[in-house]
Amino acid sequence: MIRLERRLEQPWWLSVAVPFGSLAVAFAIIAVVLTASGHDPGHTYRRMLEAGFTGNGAMSATLISATPILFTGLAAAAAFRMQLFNIGAEGQLYLGAVGASWIALQLGDRDAGSTPLFVLAMCVAAGVLGALWALIPGVLRAFGRTNEIITSLMLNYVAGLLITYLIFDSASYWRDVSTLQARAFPQGKPMPPGAEWPGFGSSVFVPLGFLIGLGVAAALWVLYSRTRFGFEVSVIADSPRAARYAGMRTRRKILAVMAVSGGIAGLGGASQIGDFTYTLDPTGLQGAAFGYTGIVVAALARYNPFAVCVVAVLLGGLQNAGFTLQGVDFPSGLVGVMQGIILFCALGGELLIRYRWRIRRRARIQADTGPTPEAAR
Amino acid sequence: MSINDSLLIVVLAQAVLYGTPLLFAALGELLAERSGVLNLGVEGMMLFGAAVGYWVTQRVHGTDALVLVLAVAGAALSGAAMAAIHAFLTITLRASQIVSGLALTIFAGGLGLSAYFGSELRLGDLPATHQFGSIDVLGLRDLWVFGPILFDQSALVYASWVLTLLVVLYLGRTRWGLNVRAVGEAPASADAMGINVTLYRYVHVLVGGALAGVGGACYSLSITPVWVAGDTLVNGAGWIAIALVIFAFWRPELCLVGAYLFGGLSALPFALQAHDVTITPELLYSLPYVMTIVVLVVVSTGFAKRRLGAPAALGIPYVREER
Repeated sequence: MIRLERRLEQPWWLSVAVPFGSLAVAFAIIAVVLTASGHDPGHTYRRMLEAGFTGNGAMSATLISATPILFTGLAAAAAFRMQLFNIGAEGQLYLGAVGASWIALQLGDRDAGSTPLFVLAMCVAAGVLGALWALIPGVLRAFGRTNEIITSLMLNYVAGLLITYLIFDSASYWRDVSTLQARAFPQGKPMPPGAEWPGFGSSVFVPLGFLIGLGVAAALWVLYSRTRFGFEVSVIADSPRAARYAGMRTRRKILAVMAVSGGIAGLGGASQIGDFTYTLDPTGLQGAAFGYTGIVVAALARYNPFAVCVVAVLLGGLQNAGFTLQGVDFPSGLVGVMQGIILFCALGGELLIRYRWRIRRRARIQADTGPTPEAAR
Repeated sequence: MSINDSLLIVVLAQAVLYGTPLLFAALGELLAERSGVLNLGVEGMMLFGAAVGYWVTQRVHGTDALVLVLAVAGAALSGAAMAAIHAFLTITLRASQIVSGLALTIFAGGLGLSAYFGSELRLGDLPATHQFGSIDVLGLRDLWVFGPILFDQSALVYASWVLTLLVVLYLGRTRWGLNVRAVGEAPASADAMGINVTLYRYVHVLVGGALAGVGGACYSLSITPVWVAGDTLVNGAGWIAIALVIFAFWRPELCLVGAYLFGGLSALPFALQAHDVTITPELLYSLPYVMTIVVLVVVSTGFAKRRLGAPAALGIPYVREER
């Protein structure tokens, strides 16, 4: 008979070994799925590895995919650490993109500014708008006890409709109406040249947004591991009641954590505009589902900011491989299926970290009720 | 023009049509939650159910009735299969119900298994061959006002009414229903009474998934009988269904009211467009989402202190050794 016992102490190596073990199990399950639907898993994995990491220029493309999910992953991790389930990073990223493109266009209209000014202004505008959007579910949760999971998710759809409206259904400030073609096929205004963020590196192109993301991860680690604020957040996460008795201000923490989370997701929107698209592109943003992938990233990283950086690059590689290989012999939903299975395995593996197995022989339990064949021997 | 053709009646009739998938999914989620398991994977289960239901209508040949019954059964089975993953992770492996549910939505959703299934089996290439049409029950289609709203609907709508009644009776009037409520409110006491907590939770999560699958099939077999990759087919209805359960205070009969309210909000843009009313479409499309938030706020501020209806053990894994 198998019994589970809660571990009193968690050995450090388990928190490394279990995620990698889960990953291995996940890839084994995915291989079964691939074989069942008539694909050769070895061939598919080799192609994905090449397209995602080892091939020519693959790493640069992977960082492009990794940058937005680094931000949304950090956003999810920041909130989930306090058991505050902000799944609105998707919409907060859209709002960040709206804010960043607005300030960049404004600065461009005034012929003002060098690139550093653009980067700073875009980050501030995006962070503020993202934080404000996240504060809607935050305020409702803090003052009305309204379930933040559903409200933050509903706001994703509203934000999606908002950016669609700005480009497709109105003559808004963001929409390009300068040429006849642009009037017939709605698109966003191109950013002024100063708003194009620089990148670094020669063989592998590292976008500025990715570096900003790494900086945010480090800041988040300091905030959560080295400050009073972080300590109070973890107390509230573990036991809201204990936190209240200790006089911690739970409402303020909810608002602050939601704002931090939304602000980080907003930065992801600024990076999309400045690093990659150089225009507000509602269709591309909504198709990519960065916010939902960020949840996968955060959960796999067990909400640790540094682990988020690693996982974001891994899943970025997966997504990049998915884009590159999309075609007849590479089914379109495979990347989402893989993400789901990896996450399921990681969740299952969590059990091994928190509990340990005790296998007891039946004979010892039955010994109380009478002699068993084994005992008699 | 008779009153039956007026905009109001059209919107009300559409409210019932669009509310039906919400009703199925919300009743399913309600059963799972009453047993103490929160399943946030409704959106994913609905999308996968929609895909499988649609696939059955393409591949099975026979009379309309036979094919559609098989399609709904296929959708129910696929929804239950998805729910089984969630049940195993949260009930047996004690994983976080919230994260597992989100994982299920990502796994089964429009960028996951539904798209995989749809692209592997080329669902987009063939048109729908069978779909639910309206049935003129009792010959009351032309009845003043009520005819178009209540008696000119598809079999799915009538089935959802029967189902609501069954769930009301099951939870309120049967031994099993009483046990479910015990499992959701106080699993330790239920366990002490000899109720198999694990079994009850598994069964209700699976039935909940099956109903979500049927809800998804309402879209692909009745409302918009086409296959589109991505999540546009269901478009957040799964999340609205989860909110509906809260709105209905975990009571099945109130789910019916809520479903038609939100069904009406979802149907409004199309009805208004058909009647040449020009309002910014994005504003109308965002109505169901905004109203979900508004309704949740009203429900949670006014009644949160008393926590009307929420099962006490909702979201908490039951571990016999740790009670």
